Amino acid sequence: MREGVLDTAPGRAARTEAAAPALLPLETRGLTLALDGRTLVDGIDLDLAGGGITVVMGPNGAGKSLLLKLLHGLTPPTAGSVRWGGQPLDPAVRRRQAMVFQTAVLLRRSVGANVDFVLRSRGRGARRRRDALLAHVGLAGRARQPARLLSGGEQQRLALARALAAEPEVLLLDEPTASLDPASVVAIEAIVRAARARGTKIVFVTHDIGQARRLADDVVFLHRGRLAEHGPAGRFFDAPRSEAARAYLDGRLVV
Amino acid sequence: MQDFGQAIALALGLVGSADPDLVEIVVLSLRVSLTATALACLVGLPLGAALAIARFPGRGAVLVLVNALMGLPPVVVGLVVYLHLSRAGPLGFLGLLYTPTAMIIAQMILITPIVIALSRQVLEDLWAEYAEQFHSLCLTRVETVGALVWDGRFALMTVALAGFGRAVAEVGAVIIVGGNIDHLTRVMTTAIALETSRGDLALALALGLVLLAIALGVNALVQGLRLTAARFAYA
Repeated sequence: MREGVLDTAPGRAARTEAAAPALLPLETRGLTLALDGRTLVDGIDLDLAGGGITVVMGPNGAGKSLLLKLLHGLTPPTAGSVRWGGQPLDPAVRRRQAMVFQTAVLLRRSVGANVDFVLRSRGRGARRRRDALLAHVGLAGRARQPARLLSGGEQQRLALARALAAEPEVLLLDEPTASLDPASVVAIEAIVRAARARGTKIVFVTHDIGQARRLADDVVFLHRGRLAEHGPAGRFFDAPRSEAARAYLDGRLVV
Repeated sequence: MQDFGQAIALALGLVGSADPDLVEIVVLSLRVSLTATALACLVGLPLGAALAIARFPGRGAVLVLVNALMGLPPVVVGLVVYLHLSRAGPLGFLGLLYTPTAMIIAQMILITPIVIALSRQVLEDLWAEYAEQFHSLCLTRVETVGALVWDGRFALMTVALAGFGRAVAEVGAVIIVGGNIDHLTRVMTTAIALETSRGDLALALALGLVLLAIALGVNALVQGLRLTAARFAYA
């Protein structure tokens, strides 16, 4: 995995100098999502000011993935607001973000064509850039292969390459390594770290405590749709404040 | 039954010797129906894709209407096109009645609803899979429709095939707007109808055989393409 290969691409330099992307701070107020009478995300007030990797943790059904979708504007909230850098979630803001899903949704095309699709849609179609992206995620020389015949880990790396093709200021990752083997997890974490090093803000959903410890700069802990705790990773893991987080970290059953 | 046996033998002879009259009729049939299919796809596939994606009040009614139009009776389509293209009709000045162009128009109208309805069905399944990813990428409508049609291309070949099958096999519309004029607008189905009524079973049967062979050949080709595509996980 060669880090920094993308830095040679035009248009990146200006942003790497900035400490935090212009889309920050993220500010949600009373963010709520109810479906069929059930409140799945419940009045979340979240402030993300700094760059780096924010890990969103919590037991199944805590609302982690839904929170990510709300932050990205894929699901409209029932109540409350999301503001990125003081701006509402309009298409212009959303185009400065990219999201990778738990299961990669790849086009029925070649590996290269999957990346080209996003590059073209952003008006940046260039073979050199596509090849750089594929090399960056360890898929150099695979451009002509059918994307859907890649292994699970390779598919997820391609999904990341495609997300990075959009040159996002914010990268939203919804359990991208769930159900992948350890080698693939290591590869994907390296790509995520490289993105952080280039100044991309990352919001990473996982319920893997080990992974959270490896990656997190700060941790958002959700429990039953509510924000149970948000703090720097070190403090969160050493002395979690909420009972739910303590129980979760101890491996006790949290429902 | 003896007549039938003789007719079959004569028919095979006509096909085997590539009888010029037979070839002319087959070529015109293919030209008309393939052109009509291509035009119907050009219009119908994007509309089918748009209908697969769009959610608007009254969408259900539109779907019912499009599905109902799949069963348009060819003679009715022929009659409506005839009324428009006839000398007294609004498009009479074009002088298209009894030309292959009129037949193409009639067949296109006949099969466009089929292309729309079937492609909507196929692409709605694909859309269910792609929707979140495409929303995330903030694609334009045109980009979305284009990508859906392209990624569904192998499934859509079956849709085009259904349209072509309907076009090449129908007789009601082309006989009304084409008139079954020898060397000008005589296609396989109209010729079969005419020759049967005239008692020339050999030519009618020969044309019938060619029609069947075309249906088989095109289906085999599409099936082969789809299987190849499936191997690459493109279908």
